[in-house]
Order: sequence, then C-alpha cells, then structure tokens
Amino acid sequence: MTASADHPLYGHRHLLGIAGLNYPDIATLLDRADEAVDISRQREKKKAVLRGLTQINLFFEASTRTQASFELAGKRLGADVMNMAVASSSVKKGETLIDTAMTLNAMHPDILVIRHGAAGAAALLARKVGCAVINAGDGAHEHPTQALLDALTIRRHKGRLDGLTVAICGDILHSRVARSNIILLNTMGARVRAVGPSTLMPAGIAEMGTEHHVRLEDGIHDADVVMMLRLQRERMAGGFVPSVREYFRHYGLDAAKLAHARPDCLVMHPGPMNRGVEIASEIADGPQSVIEEQVEMGVAVRMAVMKALLDPRRNEAVAP
Amino acid sequence: MTPATGTSVYDNARIVDPSRGIDETGTLIVTDGVIAASGAGARNQGLPDGATRIDCTGLTIVPGLVDNRVHIGEPGGEHRETIASACEAAAAGGVTSIVMMPDTSPVIDDVALVEFVLRTARETGAVRVHPAAAITIGLGGAEMTEMGNLRGAGAVMFTEGRKTIANAAVMRRAMTYARDFDAVIDHCTRDADLAGAGVMNEGLFASLLGLPGIPREAELLPLDRDLRLARLTGAAYHAAKISCAPAADAIGRAKADGLDVTAGVSINHLTLNENDIGEYRTFFKLSPPLRHEDDRQAMIAALNDGTLDTICSDHDPQDVDTKRLPFAEAEDGAVGLETLLSAALRLHHSGDVPLPRLIEAMSTAPARRLGLDAGTLRPGAPADFAVIDIDEPFVLDAAQLRSLSKNTAFDEARLTGRSVRTVVAGRTVFAA
Repeated sequence: MTASADHPLYGHRHLLGIAGLNYPDIATLLDRADEAVDISRQREKKKAVLRGLTQINLFFEASTRTQASFELAGKRLGADVMNMAVASSSVKKGETLIDTAMTLNAMHPDILVIRHGAAGAAALLARKVGCAVINAGDGAHEHPTQALLDALTIRRHKGRLDGLTVAICGDILHSRVARSNIILLNTMGARVRAVGPSTLMPAGIAEMGTEHHVRLEDGIHDADVVMMLRLQRERMAGGFVPSVREYFRHYGLDAAKLAHARPDCLVMHPGPMNRGVEIASEIADGPQSVIEEQVEMGVAVRMAVMKALLDPRRNEAVAP
Repeated sequence: MTPATGTSVYDNARIVDPSRGIDETGTLIVTDGVIAASGAGARNQGLPDGATRIDCTGLTIVPGLVDNRVHIGEPGGEHRETIASACEAAAAGGVTSIVMMPDTSPVIDDVALVEFVLRTARETGAVRVHPAAAITIGLGGAEMTEMGNLRGAGAVMFTEGRKTIANAAVMRRAMTYARDFDAVIDHCTRDADLAGAGVMNEGLFASLLGLPGIPREAELLPLDRDLRLARLTGAAYHAAKISCAPAADAIGRAKADGLDVTAGVSINHLTLNENDIGEYRTFFKLSPPLRHEDDRQAMIAALNDGTLDTICSDHDPQDVDTKRLPFAEAEDGAVGLETLLSAALRLHHSGDVPLPRLIEAMSTAPARRLGLDAGTLRPGAPADFAVIDIDEPFVLDAAQLRSLSKNTAFDEARLTGRSVRTVVAGRTVFAA
C-alpha cells in the first residue's frame, strides 16, 4: 500500500455528511478507497495503520450490514473495535443520547461511529465528544459513507462521475441515502434525477439539484446509473402509496422498465432489498446489477474515511 | 401591588405613549404609585415639595410592556420557572404585566387555580400577573370550563395554551358562551393531523436537514375555521400567534368585514427565520415553526399596517432535559420575557417598524384588548413603565438570564437597547 502522504490531508475533523465536502475532499476519499479495495483483496488483509486506536460503533438503530462493514473496516486497519448494542442497553432506561456520549467519551475512544433515528444526532454528538465522529446514518438526513461507496462503485465502472446521468428511484422523502447521494453527485458534476410518486418526494426537491420524474420509464430514460431505494414496510399500506402491488407495477424495476435506460446502465441498491417491491429478482441478480460490489466498496470506503480522519499528519500539522 | 408613596419626577426623557399618540421630550410625574402627569407640559406646575428627581436625559420612557403569552412552570414545573422567577425576568425586560398561560399542572381550569396564581403572584411576584384560564377542562378539548366563575375570579381571557381545539362544535359553543361574559377567546391554531410528525417549516431547508416539515396550511385551516365561527358567534377572538403571510391576509379580511378579531405574533417570528435553526439548534424549535424570510417580512408589514395587533414573547421555559436532545425529539419553545424589548428594538434600529408602533403592539394594544388598566402613561393610570436606554449595545449571555430556564433563541446575539429601570405601581422593580 502506498503511503498516506501521497494524499492531501483531509481537512475535516468528522464525517457528518456529504454537505460541506468539496470536490477535492470527495475525490481524495475515493482515491484512498481505491487503495483500500486492494488491501481487502489481498490474502493478508490486516494493516497496522490504526494499531492502538479504539473505535466504538454506537448503533441506536439495528443494522447488521452497516455495523459489520464498519467493524471489518476498523479491524482491517488494526483498530480495537467495540460494538455498543445501544438498542438493548441503558438508553431504554431513559438515558439520553448526550449522556451515552459523555459516558463513552470518558473511555477515550479515537473514533465514534454513530447511527441514530433522529436527524442531527451525529452533529449533536460531535459537539459533545473529543474524538472523530462518523455519521453512519441519522434519521432522514445523511448517510455519507453510503454515498461515497456508491460513488466509488460507479467510478470504478464508468471511470468518472461528471457528466453521468444518475436516476435515484423510490422513497426519497424518508431516505438519507438519497440526500447524501444527491449532494455528492451534484458536487461531482453528475446529472441527478429523482424518480417516484410525489407523495414520496420532499418539499423543494427541484431546488436540491434534481429533476423530478413521476414515471419510472421517463426517469431512467438513457440513464447511466439507476439507484433503487428501499421502501419501508410501514410506508406501503395506504399512508404514502396505496399498496405493494400498485407500487411494484409503477415503480418496481423490472426488465421491461430497465430497457429504457442505457444498455450499459448500472443497477444499484443500498440494501436490504425488498424483492418484488422496488426491484424484481431477475434484475437484482442480473448482469447489470452491482449490488454485491457495493457491499465490498463499503468496507473500502469506511477504511479510507477512518484513515483520513485519523491521519497522523493531522497531529504534526497542529504541533508547534 | 402595593403602590409606592410619595412623588417621583422622571425628567428630560423622551416620552413615548402610544395610548395618546405622544412622542416628545418631557417629564413623568408619579405620585403614590399613580401617574400624575406625563409629557412635555408635565412640569408646568413646577416640582412638588419633597419630590425625588430622577434625571432621564438620553433615555426613553414607555408604558410597561404587557406580554399576553407567557408560559410558567408553577404549579407543577417549578424547576423550569416559578411565578417569582418569571416576574424577575419580566422586570428585567421592561415587562410590567404578564398574562400567564393555563397549561400548568394542574391546568388553570378552576377558580381555585386562578386564586392560587393571583395569591402567589401577590406574595412573590415583582410585576402584575394575570391568569388566563383554559377554554376546556384539563385542556381536553371537550368540556367547557366555568367561564363565568373563572372570569369573576380574575381570569383575563380563555385559551388552550399550546393546544388547538380540534372539534369545531366545541369551539363554536365556547365562543358563543364566552361572548356572554365579554371574554376574549385566544387560540393558537395548528391542525394536528396536517402538522403530523413535523418539527419545522416545510420547505427546502427542512428537506436538506432531513426533518419532517409542517406546512403553512396546518396553521391556516383551523384559523380559517375560527374566523368563520367568529362571524357566526360574534365572539371576541384573538389569533394568538400567527406566523405566515396567508394568515395575515385572513386576519385582514376578517377585520375588514367588521369582526371582533385581533391577532398577535411572537417576537421570534418577527426577528428570526427558519435558517436560524442552522445545524439542528433546538432553541429555535418553536410552535408555530420559524418560517421563511418572506413570511417574516410579511409579519413586519402586517404589524405596520395594523393587521397585527400585538407582539408577545411567547415565553416558554424548557429544561435541558427537554431541549438537549436531537431536534425532532426536543420540545418546542424559547424563553423571551427578558429579551422581548431588546429583540423588538432590532426592528426599530433596522428601520422596519417605528418605535411608537412597537410599544403600542407590546403594551397599549394587548392591555386594551383584555381591558387591563395598563399600557398607558395617561394621568390617573397605575405608574407601570420602563425607562429604556434605546442605544445601549450589549451581547446577550444566556447564563445571566433571570429565568430558571436558559433556552433563549438570542444567546450571544448582539442587541441594542434595553430597560434600565422598570417601575410597577411607582416602585422600581428593576434597575440596571
């Protein structure tokens, strides 16, 4: 692996969202992640870059996949990783987020990875603790590592992000993945379309730098990338869309609809998928799908982010 | 309030008394807690013997502010605010009368509670406290309170506090019944279903923060309903705190049609907008939510053209327990008694609203609406007034607030102008 000195110093203390990152920030993280992919593909995967450092995963919402990805990333870099199962601990006894954070802070972690159901939870935590914080998803706000891994997956296939047409389809209203992706792709020069029923679109979607399309066929027409979003079960029964079968009929990605996109169009999904709701199995498992590769890129991106946040040059830079 | 005895002469002040249309340099003379004379001609008879003279050169005297929307934690939430601490904050802010919201625990829906508040205020409060009583028992939105008895005991108006009565039939009967007792129905409108899980103004900024939005229509639908019921019943109706341009339009139309309707706005919605929330700052989480800058401008225009009658602090003390949380989980509300005047003076200094209009909306108009003997410097009125240094700049330090809760939306704000002396019944209850 090449020395980290090859990369510019990442100028932020935390990774709370894609908002606030500029083009070079994102490009640097993606370059570092490319290197991390190589590490993960070697037989000997463990590096000592973060040896002696402590990473705490604080997941207030259960997420086996993301938590495992962060854990693996930390361990591959040599960090001591601790998973706090907060969903089943003192939080249920009325302890607030801040109290939990202060308790953990007293254990002197070097990096905190937080997922929480409330928008802004990661930012709140970052103001109260003395270490780097990575937002692993806060409410419907942001999920920055997901957007980075999506970008990495696209860039490795298409060689670039600028000028591509990316259609993000489904429940954008409740999706932190969509927000982070919209911001990242706009920053990197891609053209973003938001596709889905108007009940699942946030107010001001056009001002967020997207074109809104109501029909999936129009939204993915000539697209280079189609990202399908998960439709949460509780949104299906009448609240936002009338039924699963109506949703699949109009917004589920199947072969007939995908034919409207470019022939080399990538199909992505942040997981976990509802097969037969937002995506047909034949597409999820088909040749255009890069869904499994997204999982691999997830570990690489998280390694890159942690290395960037804990870059030893950061200490030298502030030393007298 | 036990009136002060003797005579005090406040000399060489700019006297602003919207109740008489006065804005002139002159003198205010107080004898035994009552205003004896005020204005440019007040010293024509010379100084009475034994009078205390206070030089007010460079200072402005206005009628004490009358804040018609103040939440207090006593009884039931004394850790957030007591009547005594709220009065202390009011005095420091030039507020001499406060109308206390009934959403205490227990709710002020019974004569005994009205008497408790009045007695506690008499014994511990530095300023005048007027309880507002609930419209429905326990704020439950169903059964009417004993409005006649409550009015007789000293309740100055009827309101559901933070809540909105959803049932139109209940609202209609309450308005009809209140009219028989010359009582004002004060109502804050928010459609619970349409507001849903919303925590801030619906729009691009909420979408970027990933927070569920509250559309303006959640305020407008029940307001439109209330205005129709006001027409049907002939009730005296006060829209407690409107926040958006279409609401001001609706009030304007109701007034043009001759309805007995008035409307208020909180100081927050005149001086702040949704962008102040920044990175999830919970002290800016309010109800109604802070709106777009266009709405703030519309509130200023409505205040200037008389569509809006009153400005309140919407003082709502909240503890760290209820505010130091992720934005969506935090309670609504900000304290405001102590900053009401200084924040309002921003509008004077920015040239948005003339000083006499601001004082009228914060003092004369709310007193007149509720029939309180306040909001004026006319001879014979109780000597409740504030001496203001209108140009004194300062930076607000939340830790220094007298309120037991420090959830101010103006922490570290640069403000210009404050009360340097607040007088109730001739007694100085605050001096800087």
